[in-house]
Amino acid sequence: MTNNLNAMTFIEVKNLSKTFDQFLANDSISLTIKKGEIHALLGENGAGKSTLVKCLYGVVKPTDGQILINGNHVTINNPREARSHGIGMVFQHFSLFPALTVSENILISLDEKITKKHLEDKISIIGKQWGLPIEPTKKVLDLSVGEQQRVEIIRCLLQNPKLLIMDEPTSVLSPQEINQLFKVLRKLANSGCSILYISHKLNEIKQIASKVTILRSGKVISSTSTSKISTTSMAEKMIGKKVKKITKISKNSFLNSPTAISINNLNRKKLSQFGTELKKISFNVKYGEILGIAGVAGNGQVELMNALSGETLGEPDEIIFEDKKIGNTNIKFRRSLGLEFVPEERNGHATVPDITLTENTFLTFYNTYSKNNNFLDDILLSSNMSSNDSKSIINDNDVRCPYSNPLADQLSGGNLQKFIVGRSLKANPKVLIISQPTWGVDIGAASEIRSKLLLLAKAGKAIILISQDLDEIYEISNNICVINNGSLSKPKITSKISAKDIGILMGIN
Amino acid sequence: MENLLITILLTSIPILLAGLGELVTEKSGVLNLGVEGMMLCGAVAALGSVLIFGNPYIGILFGAIAGILISTVFSFFTITLMTNQVATGLGLTIFATALTGLIGEPFVGKTAASLPKLEIIFLSDIPYIGKVLFSNDILVYFAIFLIFFIHFGFQNTKIGIIIRAVGDNHDSAHSIGYSVKLVRWISTSFGGMCAGMGGAYIPLALTPHWSEGMTAGKGWIALALVVFASWMPIRLLIGALIFGGITILQFVAQARGWDVPSQFLNMLPYLATILALALISFRLRHNNYAPACLGKHFLGNK
Repeated sequence: MTNNLNAMTFIEVKNLSKTFDQFLANDSISLTIKKGEIHALLGENGAGKSTLVKCLYGVVKPTDGQILINGNHVTINNPREARSHGIGMVFQHFSLFPALTVSENILISLDEKITKKHLEDKISIIGKQWGLPIEPTKKVLDLSVGEQQRVEIIRCLLQNPKLLIMDEPTSVLSPQEINQLFKVLRKLANSGCSILYISHKLNEIKQIASKVTILRSGKVISSTSTSKISTTSMAEKMIGKKVKKITKISKNSFLNSPTAISINNLNRKKLSQFGTELKKISFNVKYGEILGIAGVAGNGQVELMNALSGETLGEPDEIIFEDKKIGNTNIKFRRSLGLEFVPEERNGHATVPDITLTENTFLTFYNTYSKNNNFLDDILLSSNMSSNDSKSIINDNDVRCPYSNPLADQLSGGNLQKFIVGRSLKANPKVLIISQPTWGVDIGAASEIRSKLLLLAKAGKAIILISQDLDEIYEISNNICVINNGSLSKPKITSKISAKDIGILMGIN
Repeated sequence: MENLLITILLTSIPILLAGLGELVTEKSGVLNLGVEGMMLCGAVAALGSVLIFGNPYIGILFGAIAGILISTVFSFFTITLMTNQVATGLGLTIFATALTGLIGEPFVGKTAASLPKLEIIFLSDIPYIGKVLFSNDILVYFAIFLIFFIHFGFQNTKIGIIIRAVGDNHDSAHSIGYSVKLVRWISTSFGGMCAGMGGAYIPLALTPHWSEGMTAGKGWIALALVVFASWMPIRLLIGALIFGGITILQFVAQARGWDVPSQFLNMLPYLATILALALISFRLRHNNYAPACLGKHFLGNK
């Protein structure tokens, strides 16, 4: 019986530990993955998922512990060795070359010698076999994110993997694409390939995986069959405390409020080769309303954010705030009217990474410190003037700093985002426009940020929320519209639009 | 008419060679503004070696070597020490202008042997185009060969795809196990070799005397041409021929006695460069063919 069980095991990790300097990222982790099993690895950011996976793929060397493949001890020194053991990996941030074609991308990552023509045929065959249709001669920059992921998967499949590691594979996909991906994964598992599926989305894990291992602070908290654990208890094990449910406040109280901001036929050219052109975008947001803009990444969200914030300018009447035409005014002017913006990129866009939080606060509020608002006075301002504001942002928003007044890039993603949102709230905005507020932020911080947004709306402010996270959009927005290839769908009331409808509006069936 | 076409072709060869080299360099993500300087080094090395050894083929060899050597200075600074590529490239040209002036001093007033014409039997007898295409010196054939070699190499060979990959996304190239710096060193050296040969062509085939700064801005035109050609080798040939034609225009005008100030005609190739770049930038602004990592440093420890 035990022999039989061992024969079914593909990889076994025993007491694996990894320390970085003083920090224990993985603490004596043990894990067994059977052949043909879909095994989910669940944990918050910083729980040690990525480190564990990097150890398996040979990117990082474990400090202690063993890895057994088919019962034999192995050491994996680099990705090439991992591949030779049959381990393939699809990264969260793809390692593709946009200007090269699909086949060229795959060609240069293969260890075997093969001609381009031959490879193109092989890609088509594998694509048909597994339900991953792709045009091998297309350039990657012309592919959707979902198609790019297919390229990565095909790249792994060409090497006949026994274990496929997938790092947050659905974070960039539409609901329909997720279903398609799950079909492929099930087919692969049925053929005997094991899958290690990293995610923090609980419903998905229940849906696709047969076993789940939950990590917290580098330790295995639980490893069990997904049929024996509820999503609520998975979440509790993952964060180590009860999850606070946030409640949406009176759904339609905003209906009679005046319109805060209206966008009329806004057009923008694309910013770069990989950008998206905005076409005739129109919508209104009332005071007290949260408008959620859903969409797969790269469909014009960045361009829309830039147009709304004033980083790219257009015609005056494209954007009307109350009764002022502001489509051609710069970001500073718009902020002086009471608009606030939180761009997607935390480090380098929303904050300057290598200056302190106090200095970042100063850059945002220096106008309010200047007495006469003239040039000479401004020269004499000191960043110390913002130290109280900075402290109150940190305290009010539970921003956890490694030491007092750290550099912006010393904060974890979640804490930095709490700081940035808090800073925008401090400006007491009439309209808050916020993009991907909880991208890469752990569940605890994400729910705090969402509650803050709800409170702001309750106080009668207007919010435009651009997000890829459908759960988030559903959780807090009153109206939902979808951005697809630079066009925006008409806003619909949240209760009247299903995830399937959204998927269709995203343009993928 | 035949003579005019031949002259246009010959005039365009230095720009074409240097442009092809720079195209490969830029595809790997390195912007080397030192083309003019590298061409001057090639020219003075070629002229000096021909005067010493008497054989024009030795001149090509020395021109190429001089180009590679001076480009390694650039690679060392920009790729290894990670200095600013624009500033280093400009510095290289200024340095090379002065250096070649010094080295070329003893060659002033001497005449070097030119590259012999190699007629390809039968083909060179074709009426009209035979003489233009098949009765040239070796570097003309080499330059034409190079266009197709580079075009094919980028499309169909692994090393060509790797060079493009490194210029497109150096972090990904690093993560799948390629040495970004090595690829860039090799590509920059190739660019140096081509610029050296392009420079060598000027004393070996066009004007067999040394004069300081004898490349007269051809390196800058080659740089502009790479952008004009949208980093495509075959378009580079078309561009080089257009510039060759404009340069020849001034001689035609003199011969025919057109009433145009010669200063204006001298100015034409450079004016055309600016015009071409301005026109192309309208198209490029939203449809950019430039390698995504062009001019960016690779830190390597990510």
